[in-house]
Amino acid sequence: MFDTAMTLNDLLFLMKGAGMTLAVTFFAVIGGTALGLLFGVIRAQLNPWAVLPLTFVLDVFRSVPLLIQLVLANAFQSIAGLQLPPFATSCIVLALYTSAYCTEIVRGAIDAVPSVTRRAARSLGLTWGQDMRFVVFPMALRVALPSWIGLTLGVMKDSALVLWLGLIELLRSGQILVTRLQEPMFILLVVGAIYFLMSFPIARLGGQLEKRWREND
Amino acid sequence: MIEIMDVHKSFGPLEVLKGINLTVEKGEVVSVIGGSGSGKSTLLTCINGLEPINSGRILVDGVEVHAKSTDLNKLRRKIGIVFQQFNAFPHLTVLENVTLAPRKVLRMSKAEAEEIAVTQLTHVGLADKLAVYPGRLSGGQQQRMSIARALAMSPAYMLFDEVTSALDPQLVGEVLDTLKLLADDGMTMICVTHEMTFARDVSDRVAFFHKGILAEIAPPDQFFTAPQHPEAQAFLSNVR
Repeated sequence: MFDTAMTLNDLLFLMKGAGMTLAVTFFAVIGGTALGLLFGVIRAQLNPWAVLPLTFVLDVFRSVPLLIQLVLANAFQSIAGLQLPPFATSCIVLALYTSAYCTEIVRGAIDAVPSVTRRAARSLGLTWGQDMRFVVFPMALRVALPSWIGLTLGVMKDSALVLWLGLIELLRSGQILVTRLQEPMFILLVVGAIYFLMSFPIARLGGQLEKRWREND
Repeated sequence: MIEIMDVHKSFGPLEVLKGINLTVEKGEVVSVIGGSGSGKSTLLTCINGLEPINSGRILVDGVEVHAKSTDLNKLRRKIGIVFQQFNAFPHLTVLENVTLAPRKVLRMSKAEAEEIAVTQLTHVGLADKLAVYPGRLSGGQQQRMSIARALAMSPAYMLFDEVTSALDPQLVGEVLDTLKLLADDGMTMICVTHEMTFARDVSDRVAFFHKGILAEIAPPDQFFTAPQHPEAQAFLSNVR
């Protein structure tokens, strides 16, 4: 049962795939978080009617399956003659998808900051920006972090769908090995373990931060 | 000097201030009392521009609070306010709570701000809590910290919005003592309060609000012994 034809080279091949998964996830989460912060602040601070178009677009990104978004975006960029490489297209689509979820996390976290705390900050002469930076964001971060960690881990797994644009990320590397070695169980076990090893530190980091903040309460 | 002239303020269809006129001189302590919903707290948040007003004028040292040209962030430096609900910044230590505004608004150095903060925190009896997070403080300590935080900006005026209402009875005294100290130091104060003993002992004048109107204003001796307005008479017979 422990016989396998998998070689060290095959494992390195999987690692390369894992590197691609990490790269796509990294850009998607960085871009998605930056946009999510911007949209979340807009959603939390402006009149809901004024931001209705934004809300609608973000709802579309949350509702349409990611696979369809990826394939359509790739088709459109090629029709439009943008000549984006699949990696860039994947990162952009995943970033927008991430931002749609992140926006709601940010909005909810900002709304969770009591209005009397913000009034107190403003009454001390802090400007809106200073209130945001020194009071609202640090307080909202504590609320948002668990959801944001969950989002990041979700995006890492969802990023497997970029294989449809031809990117050889972790899952696709696994598929290639399965086709060649005909050992689906073992290889999927290894691939799953690699996903776990990539997710675990992120989840732990979140847990550590939460624990540290809780000690202050 | 705070001058409030014919101020009207509505929340939607509900008019909470129906033409308030009140002048508070430098060094004066005015207690504002009255039933809930009488507009007392709203008046305070209008004075430092946290709430817009519908008509009338509020002048603080001659500066019109609700004029478009007024820099509210600058004006608020000299008007401290402490609210009924606890509003510590929970992610900052007691010392950091107090130094935040002096550092970011007045652009003081860290050392300078901390010196002032320690002085103010000592003043309110929290010198041993500097490195503690607000979540570990009692309600009374949190309110005293909020007072020190406002005082660290060296305000010319202090507004207190029912600062003891959310406290356990045994913690009320320590906060009122802090207010008395401030009054003795000559701070100009407007205190919305339900503490009649405090209003009687500390204030120069007592203002009685009823349904958005300043129904009566008089020195405490006169107000508590011989209230003129029938609603004030009814209110006092209820709280006694």
